Amino acid sequence: MAHASDIAIDVKGLTKSFDGRVVVRDLSMQVKRGSIYGFLGPNGSGKTTTIRMLCGLLTPDSGEGTCLGYNIRTEADQIKNHVGYMTQKFSLYQDLSVRENLEFVARIYGLGAPGKAAREMIERLGLHGREEQLAAQLSGGWKQRLALGACTLPSPQLLLLDEPTAGVDPKARREFWNEIHALANDGLTVLVSTHYMDEAERCHEIAYIAYGELLTHGTVDQVIEQSSLITYNVSGEDLQNLLHQLDGKPGVDMVAPFGTSLHVSGRDEKKLEAAIKPYRADKKFVWTRSEPSLEDVFIELMNRSKDNFQ
Amino acid sequence: MSFFDIIRAPGFWRRVRAMLTKEFIQLRRDRVSFAMIVMIPVMQLVLFGFAINTTPRNLPTAVLLQETSDVGRAILAAIERTQYFKITHRLSSAEEFDRVLASGKVLFAIEIPAGFERALRRGDKPALLVAADATDPVASGTALGSLGRIVELALKNERMLPDQTEPLFEIRSHARYNPAGVSSLNIVPGLVGTILTMTMLIFTALSVTREVERGTMESLLSMPISPLEIMVGKIIPYIMVGFTQATLIIGFGVFLFGVPILGSLFLLALLSTLFIATNLSIGYSFSTVAQNQLQAIQMTFMFFLPNILLSGFMFPFAGMPGWAQWIGEALPLTHYLRIVRSIMLKGAGFAELQYDMIALFVLMLFAMTIAVTRFRRTLD
Repeated sequence: MAHASDIAIDVKGLTKSFDGRVVVRDLSMQVKRGSIYGFLGPNGSGKTTTIRMLCGLLTPDSGEGTCLGYNIRTEADQIKNHVGYMTQKFSLYQDLSVRENLEFVARIYGLGAPGKAAREMIERLGLHGREEQLAAQLSGGWKQRLALGACTLPSPQLLLLDEPTAGVDPKARREFWNEIHALANDGLTVLVSTHYMDEAERCHEIAYIAYGELLTHGTVDQVIEQSSLITYNVSGEDLQNLLHQLDGKPGVDMVAPFGTSLHVSGRDEKKLEAAIKPYRADKKFVWTRSEPSLEDVFIELMNRSKDNFQ
Repeated sequence: MSFFDIIRAPGFWRRVRAMLTKEFIQLRRDRVSFAMIVMIPVMQLVLFGFAINTTPRNLPTAVLLQETSDVGRAILAAIERTQYFKITHRLSSAEEFDRVLASGKVLFAIEIPAGFERALRRGDKPALLVAADATDPVASGTALGSLGRIVELALKNERMLPDQTEPLFEIRSHARYNPAGVSSLNIVPGLVGTILTMTMLIFTALSVTREVERGTMESLLSMPISPLEIMVGKIIPYIMVGFTQATLIIGFGVFLFGVPILGSLFLLALLSTLFIATNLSIGYSFSTVAQNQLQAIQMTFMFFLPNILLSGFMFPFAGMPGWAQWIGEALPLTHYLRIVRSIMLKGAGFAELQYDMIALFVLMLFAMTIAVTRFRRTLD
């Protein structure tokens, strides 16, 4: 285990229910300072709830932990001073201009010269010329940039970004991620939740959460390795028919079309081989053993955990 | 295309039915609206039906007896028997007489002068002085009009008195503060309070729910700002708005309707600011309790109605039954109406208005406490 001061987030056994429904169950995680930590999982898996518990917006039912060394239960006020939280839904004032929104945030955090801080952030965000535009009139991509600017304005040590790139075009997404890497280079710790696999691969470490449980974590390579998933890539004709035949066979845990090919995966190598043997002889198909993709791993994890919970 | 073509268009009623089914489902889910449909008519009927009385009785009256005599006692008993008057204060000096009337604690003050009985027996037609607070002409009018005849009837049975073919004494009544009984003198100061209540409540009642509905509350809560800071920051701008509004209405009242400002303008401004802040705090506390903007508006409306009807704005406060007066005492408009009428029409000063000022202050603190404790610092 790393030294405590190298850890930005350190929580154990976080549990939270709403109206008797468990949303996050016994979640433990550690995030190193200066790293970009990807938080992945399907909709409703408890990502937002976890992030809200980390920044003091929700009180966990049980579990303990610290965020930047502050207790998440008792020291929410200190956490708020050092953490920038970017909500999933745009939550700045739509009827304030870009400049006014930034100045408002600067004043709340007690920055010395709010006007100057806002101007510098506008330059940094490339929003020059739009500073008097109302936030409501900005496009999705610009809104995200503004929101990121607002939560980095008070120079936080930790950024919590809740699906920051949902609904943003690829170019804006790439720029957004470049910015996040630049911030991490300056020593900022970033926890970012996302649905996109390509974004997961831009993280130093990732964690996968489904049905409120953290199922796996580590670097992308570690996660793929830990899954011990065997995957075959099948190309050829009439793949749709093959999919139907393989789906649900013992040993085949997952079949999914990937562009013009089919991914067939299983946890148990022998059973998988046995299941696909009849089709390997078929000249219509070309079978190649391949690395499972991150998506294969996650979907398989999700299917498996669903079996456990239902 | 005519109206009939539109409603005969294929599928018109099918789509209308889809829409109204959806509306019913939403209405059923919105419990507060549902409660309002039942509550508002029932509450209004019961509350106001019993409370409101346009020929008020048992009006608080002060008496100043400059002599103790059987005739004096008989007159007082007769006055009380009319049920229009209720003697609540017994005074001992002429200064007290003026003060108690100016403070608004009583609507009438009656003076039986020294030597009244002797003059009566000699047939000198002595004068009974009745001063009425005519700032509200409706409240004082009926009672004042009936006074003379009723008292005379009561004295018919007094054996010690000479033959009564003509009135034995004269009633010298003074309609103070508004001798001509001009209703705009009463209405204009009242309107200042009513308009301020409505606008101030709405401004702050929407303020927190709007942040919640637009999603801005989540980022606000994640920033280092406390509930008290949020509340104070949201109330102060509207104090200025309210102050401007009050200046406007009072200015119109003075220049257009000729309503006087007999008292201190500074005191009026000070206490108006207190009243504005009280309403803003109440609106803000609604905002922390309501779950959405619609509920906040509904709560405002529920609060506004009794303010109009039970405060003495539309109907005489003193004429309401005791329980309704208790409710009235808990409403800021009741106290402000006394303040604004007393300052403008009676020239009342700080001393006479202490009670109402303290009441407004207590109501404001009460609302602020609810608001700060109800304000959810987390999204739990």
